[in-house]
Amino acid sequence: MKMRFVDEFRNPELIRKTLDEIERIIEPDDHFRIMEACGGHTYSIFHFGLQELLPKNIEFIHGPGCPVCVLPPGRVDEGLEIASKNSDVIFTAFGDVMRVPGKKGSPLNYKAMGTDVRMIYSPLDALNIAIKNPDKKIILFAIGFETTAPSTAITVLKAKELDIDNFFVYSNHVKIVPVLKSILDQPNMRIDGFIGPGHASVVIGAHPYEIIAKEYKKPVVISGFEPLDLLQSILMLIKQLKNGESKVEIQYKRVVMEGGNVSALEIIDQVFEDRPAFEWRGLGAIQNSALKLKPEFAKWDAEVQFNVEKITIEENKDAQCGEVLKGMLKPNQCKLFGKVCTPDNPVGALMVSSEGACATYYNHLYSTMSL
Amino acid sequence: MCLAIPGKIIELLDDNLAMIDVSGVRRKVNISLIKHENVQVDDWVLIHVGFAMNKISEEQAKEQLQLLAEIGEEQEALAEVKGYQFE
Repeated sequence: MKMRFVDEFRNPELIRKTLDEIERIIEPDDHFRIMEACGGHTYSIFHFGLQELLPKNIEFIHGPGCPVCVLPPGRVDEGLEIASKNSDVIFTAFGDVMRVPGKKGSPLNYKAMGTDVRMIYSPLDALNIAIKNPDKKIILFAIGFETTAPSTAITVLKAKELDIDNFFVYSNHVKIVPVLKSILDQPNMRIDGFIGPGHASVVIGAHPYEIIAKEYKKPVVISGFEPLDLLQSILMLIKQLKNGESKVEIQYKRVVMEGGNVSALEIIDQVFEDRPAFEWRGLGAIQNSALKLKPEFAKWDAEVQFNVEKITIEENKDAQCGEVLKGMLKPNQCKLFGKVCTPDNPVGALMVSSEGACATYYNHLYSTMSL
Repeated sequence: MCLAIPGKIIELLDDNLAMIDVSGVRRKVNISLIKHENVQVDDWVLIHVGFAMNKISEEQAKEQLQLLAEIGEEQEALAEVKGYQFE
């Protein structure tokens, strides 16, 4: 059920006060374009109908913060090709990855065709599969922003400690700040401020966003996921914008520390290093935007241990995932939206994950939208 | 996969593991990322892909559980916790 009426929220009084304050500050000539970087935020904004509660001159741009959505389709194929060509390989991945369409199909399609594909809930589960199947080679298709990278890193350290030699990580871990910078560097891009991701920031804290605030002069407010969290974050952003400021602020203080999780950052540094460049769906190659295992962990690096055939897939030229990811098109303005590309038959990754902007649009707005 | 799930630590185990309870579902999670926070039984933590990411208050944990229920992700979160099969 969509919760469009203030009284249905918890803390309706606080919601109303926050909305009143936003309306008091904003002036008719203002037009603020705010990017929510995180797919979880996109989901909450739609689910709770926040756009409809806010003044029309606040516009949300849905950012690249869903790791499944920004993954170039070739990466899934590369991992699956290793598994389908070697009968002793087990391909493991999180549930979100299972339906991502590759050239010859999704991991689930490969499973149906006989490849040993298994869904896991934690990188540690993949390591356990390796321990239980010593005659098999287990590939962990690792994915996620900084939220997930420390968990993969600990799993690699554990494999080293236990001297497990049949466990391999195919790393697709990505970093949030380089992609935000890359979006700001696009020509004709107009974003006035960012709602920073809540859970990636648990790990990295507030400092890595300083470059966005200082060099690009765009305010960043790290937000929680409740309707009140998001509205407070928007109020904090608008106050900065009206005062001509650009600072990094944390609204989600109950969960995010200024300096992040120091242990998690140390473990990422211990196991991973930046890739010189990594291809993002619709955004092209972005420098230092992704993580690969350090050479000392090459024994557990699938890209080193297997002959990975580089697969480039020409995306359906009518699919406009890139423009949507850059905030230049709304999902429903894509030629394929809702007609060819649906959650049941996704052409682009933004329609696959429930946190993808297109799936969110489809699921929450389809009934009220003229297509 | 990105929403974190709140759980309560009910037992500290060897090897950086702890038994946690999420709405009655009990599974082992890894707590090495929050060891520096001196974790104790009865502490609430946010869990992501089988790892405790940080400590939170009981009140925050309940808010987060309510949020998961409101956005219809509670069952998915419980399925995820049930999925952790650490030895």
